[in-house]
Amino acid sequence: MIRIGVVTFPGTLDDRDALRAVGLAGAEGVPLWHADQTLGDVDAVVLPGGFSYGDYLRAGAIARFAPMMQAVRDAAQGGMPVLGICNGFQILTESHLLVGSMIKNNHRTFICREQRLTVESTNTAWSSSFTTGQVITIPLKNQDGQFVASERQLDELEAEGRVVFRYKDTNPNGSRRNIAGITNAAGNVVGLMPHPEHAVEVGFGPDAPGPMRSGLDGLGFFASVINHLTHPVSLPAAVSEDNGKEGR
Amino acid sequence: MALVIVDVMPKPEILDPQGKAVASALGRLGFGQFRGTRQGKRFELAVDGPPSAEVLEAAREAATTLLSNPVIEDVVSVRFETAADAAPEGPAA
Repeated sequence: MIRIGVVTFPGTLDDRDALRAVGLAGAEGVPLWHADQTLGDVDAVVLPGGFSYGDYLRAGAIARFAPMMQAVRDAAQGGMPVLGICNGFQILTESHLLVGSMIKNNHRTFICREQRLTVESTNTAWSSSFTTGQVITIPLKNQDGQFVASERQLDELEAEGRVVFRYKDTNPNGSRRNIAGITNAAGNVVGLMPHPEHAVEVGFGPDAPGPMRSGLDGLGFFASVINHLTHPVSLPAAVSEDNGKEGR
Repeated sequence: MALVIVDVMPKPEILDPQGKAVASALGRLGFGQFRGTRQGKRFELAVDGPPSAEVLEAAREAATTLLSNPVIEDVVSVRFETAADAAPEGPAA
């Protein structure tokens, strides 16, 4: 069975939900601890949401230097799929595994809503089970969710097809170019502000047609990585440094 | 003991939501003469021993490694505390 690690930092909130989501998707969730130095034998890693180290200094800035993050950085550079959700996304940008940064929402208030997203790229380890242009609904809840990067970096992200998810209908936090999630050049590291682990179980997800709160769009993230790991032949072309910049 | 003072500010092109919130509160309180407000961070790094070039260099490295994020922030200054920094009601550290 595919084993997906979920890292808990001091102040992490959604580690249990992420572990549960991994299990519901059909993989085995493995709790990982920020102070440990090794990943063990996991096949992929999730950095869950929350407020690691109280978000002191900057969101993700202190977690970046946790011992576990060295192991995650090494594994990510070796091609292991890594998903950063919300605070996990912030940790990935602070770790320089993804470009850009997150600052306070432009309206300066905490936001909690069911957010529609457009899937812009299925060429990553965490989005291959979606279709390009598909609209999904994922809960969004944060204070520091405004994605910013230099114009040059933004142009690069666009040109290389590395914008993975974009906010649809409305831009909830002032993010540059409505960007909700991005990937690295190799396509194995993905970060996004919305929380796929909160849309995996009937009765507890976003509203959707059918039974109450039956939105399950979050499962696609975990189905993608499980498929990516169990069927290496179906690897997206981008999951190799050489192909990352061509073919799109 | 010496004190290194590191000032970090959000980059000019980055919207500063905290500064904007402060600016509008200032306006409400009648401080209309302050047209814009930007809010940054000041770090005070205490070191044993006298001020030295090595300490300043280490502080510069800390400022770019941990204390600031170059994507969104600029390190405005890294310097030793001077008499002018000392609070009027207390002696310099």
